[in-house]
Amino acid sequence: MATLRDIKRRIKAVKNTSQITKAMKMVAAAKLRKAQGRMLELRPYSDKIYEVLGNLSKAGDSEAHPLLLKRHPKTVEVVVFTSDRGLCGAFNSNIIKAAVSFVRELKAKELQVSINAVGRKARDYYKRRDIALRQVLTGISGKVNYQLARTIAGDIMENYTAETFDEVYLVYNEFKNVVSQQVKVVKLLPFEAGAPAAEPAAQPETVDYIFEPSAAGLYRVIIPKAVEIKVFRALLESQTSEEASRMTAMENASKNAEEMIQNMTLVANKVRQATITRELMDIVGGVEALKK
Amino acid sequence: MDKLKLEIVTPRGAVFSGEVEEVHASGSEGDFGVLPGHAPLMTMLRVGALVARADGKPNYFFVGSGFAEVSWKGMIILADSAERAEDIDVARAMAAKQRAEERLAKIENLDFVRAQSALERAVARIRVAEEHAHR
Repeated sequence: MATLRDIKRRIKAVKNTSQITKAMKMVAAAKLRKAQGRMLELRPYSDKIYEVLGNLSKAGDSEAHPLLLKRHPKTVEVVVFTSDRGLCGAFNSNIIKAAVSFVRELKAKELQVSINAVGRKARDYYKRRDIALRQVLTGISGKVNYQLARTIAGDIMENYTAETFDEVYLVYNEFKNVVSQQVKVVKLLPFEAGAPAAEPAAQPETVDYIFEPSAAGLYRVIIPKAVEIKVFRALLESQTSEEASRMTAMENASKNAEEMIQNMTLVANKVRQATITRELMDIVGGVEALKK
Repeated sequence: MDKLKLEIVTPRGAVFSGEVEEVHASGSEGDFGVLPGHAPLMTMLRVGALVARADGKPNYFFVGSGFAEVSWKGMIILADSAERAEDIDVARAMAAKQRAEERLAKIENLDFVRAQSALERAVARIRVAEEHAHR
């Protein structure tokens, strides 16, 4: 049986841990709020760019843009968005599980798969299994900005145009709310320009736009931008989910620590009482012996 | 008088949203003005100023490159960056201008395009801020 001192030492250790998890929870909560704000900020822009793109494609005259071109798929790129840091519950394992099963599906269709790992956790996973990565990007924690999305999207678009791969999918965690994140697999390229969300019915069917400099020229600028926005969105969603996931995980850890402390305190008290009882018995026994 | 619904959005959020009477923007093919009832138009924008007149008062904006769409619904500006003139940090823009100029002065500079566009943005910011101050 553990001595009183052992138990006390363990209680102290657990208390220290719970202090750390509590602090991490607070930090995650603050970061979550910030990330959520940035997601909200991006929303009007991404909504509008799809609206404009929809109008542009409806206006016809869509000279085929290389990023819209559908090719018969031979190689498929899968972009896996994970985090750099752990301690965020099932966040990374969920995303990797989804990515692995998606890759298996693709391979069943006899397609080549190239993997683009975003975040240290994805890189570590694939490295451990000796799976070649086409592209790796780590050190993104707290550095998610538009420039980063641009780097990722730029590399993807370049390789797509060079026909390194024929389709691109993003695998990331979508932020639903603080307690629920959902893994999403989204097609990035070939880009589907049309069919944005519900169109207002009042809009006249064909609009004769004046294009400056030209529809093709506008396409050349807007489509890469829309691709960048899609990547940026995935990054932000992933980051927000990560922080939400970490917050929940740390909350649970703190709760568990509290419970452990309670249980151990109970045991400690029992041990203490038993010791006192034993000592009392000794004294009483001694006194009785002297009396005789 | 007819009004035009103007929205200026960037990846960092909406900068302006409201009814205006007139908009002047710098398009890639030249500056242009938009009044309510303008024909549908889509154009690229270059780095420059945007003036929106609301209730007779001009509002000055800095707009980084992007595009504009004018339709029966109104005008949408999708810009990489945009700021109200009063929000422009002139000191920062000045510093950016100087930095860009220094970089451009070096011959071995590899990132010429980036430095140049940085300079362009800084100069446009300063100009917009000054216009706003002197109106």
